[in-house]
Amino acid sequence: MSGNMNITLKVWRQKNSNAKGELAEYKVGDVSPDMSFLEMFDVLNERLVSENNEPIAFDHDCREGICGMCSMFINGRPHGPKEGITTCQLHMRSFKDGDTIVVEPWRAQAFPVIKDLIVDRTAFDRIIAAGGYISVNTGNAQDANNIAISKDNADEAFAAAACIGCGACVAACKNASAMLFVSAKVSQLALLPQGQPEKQTRVLSMVAQMDAEGFGACTNTGACEAECPKGISLKNIARMNREYLGAQLCSEKM
Amino acid sequence: MNWLSKMFSSSIGQKFIMSITGLFLISFLVVHCFLNALIFLNDGGRVFNMGAKFMSTNPVIRIVEIVLFAGLLLHIIRAFILMNLNNKSRPIKYAVTNGKANSKWYSRSMGLLGTLLLLFLIIHLRHFWVPTKIALFSGNEHNSFEELKEIFSNPIFVAIYELGVISLFYHLMHGFQSAFQTLGLNHSKYTPFIQTCGKLYSFIIPFIFALMPLAIFMGFIK
Ligand code: HEM
Ligand code: SF4
Ligand code: FES
Repeated sequence: MSGNMNITLKVWRQKNSNAKGELAEYKVGDVSPDMSFLEMFDVLNERLVSENNEPIAFDHDCREGICGMCSMFINGRPHGPKEGITTCQLHMRSFKDGDTIVVEPWRAQAFPVIKDLIVDRTAFDRIIAAGGYISVNTGNAQDANNIAISKDNADEAFAAAACIGCGACVAACKNASAMLFVSAKVSQLALLPQGQPEKQTRVLSMVAQMDAEGFGACTNTGACEAECPKGISLKNIARMNREYLGAQLCSEKM
Repeated sequence: MNWLSKMFSSSIGQKFIMSITGLFLISFLVVHCFLNALIFLNDGGRVFNMGAKFMSTNPVIRIVEIVLFAGLLLHIIRAFILMNLNNKSRPIKYAVTNGKANSKWYSRSMGLLGTLLLLFLIIHLRHFWVPTKIALFSGNEHNSFEELKEIFSNPIFVAIYELGVISLFYHLMHGFQSAFQTLGLNHSKYTPFIQTCGKLYSFIIPFIFALMPLAIFMGFIK
């Protein structure tokens, strides 16, 4: 695929987590407006390899907007200028011929850069491991619909469960706060009957882990909600605040 | 009490303190604003001074005053601890950010607006609260109204007060509704109402405050 756009990229290059990185400039010619943003990086990387240069390391996997890997901070916004999409769903037609595009990794104390645009998001995994699950007995699976769940709750839980753990909320937040992510994970279980037995310990442990990882506090600016590719609502943060304060005040845990 | 200290040192617990003290300051400002608005009676400060005297001598108000200062201090100290925590959460900044694409500038500037408010408050307390206290302890008569007129005859002070009021406006435009979200109060039925109240409050109270120095400076209040 080739086209007629010429793009100047300024990309963060960093050898490893200890190295000091910097923005490096690349000219990319013959860009088609129908290329995805990642395909444009593929083209550039093929050229870098053929010139015996180190290609730019970036995370990606599904390339269909569902895995959350493609973290890129593009011209000051996570996943670039469009709303409700990940970087792999962004196309070059969203830019103009001759544009200069600055691409940086997610910036957060809790997301250290591994190489170039790749950051370590295992802090999210540790938060999930702290309580983002339900404990169930093994054995035969129960009949579907055995437990009645109201349509409203099911819908809200499903909307919260749409979070793909991409970290755009952290990247967008001026405090690098993980509240939107954690609140989505708390909510998807707090809204369902299966989540009730561990409701209090879950929110206490997950918030404690979130704080221990070094994410900031929430100033309610709403930047996370605006940049989230999955439309996770700020209502989830309010729910987590309620759940957390309630659990601290009412649970038997000292 | 392990759980209590854990709660208040958590990110959510710290914001809980900001929210409660912020809402408390919001309720104080209503009283403060309407008592001061008594100058608009334009009666040579008679009723205004009665109000000022009541506020500086009534024993119940004395206790409320201590609670108010404690609340304000808690809000300020927590604010600086939070600002430090939030700043450390992103040690390496972005080369390019486009904040206006996803949030209001004043929601991202609560620390700056709060610091401006703090500077204003220091000047404000020095102007009115300190002289009242000195007069009270030395047993002298004190005419708050005359003092008001003297201070606001100086255009520099008028400008400082107007800047303080603008900082308050923006601090509250975000802070009012944010305090409810922090407490977990977000609901399709009530949140639009809270947000409208927040905008009305943020405009009306600072607007009335803003009129006071101007009215005195321009000589409307005799
Ligand atoms: C009369 C004065 C003040 C009032 C009525 C007020 C009110 C509020 C309210 C309602 C909030 C929202 C709380 C929340 O989001 O849960 C807030 C937040 C905040 N206030 Fe104030 N405030 C005042 C003075 C100050 C001062 C003097 C400072 C000094 C630094 C300050 C710093 C802050 C900061 C930094 C926040 C944001 C905290 C965060 O969300 O991260 N405020 N204030
Ligand atoms: S809440 Fe949204 S932005 Fe944050 S990790 Fe989940 S999908 Fe990504
Ligand atoms: S690569 Fe999977 S969401 Fe973009």
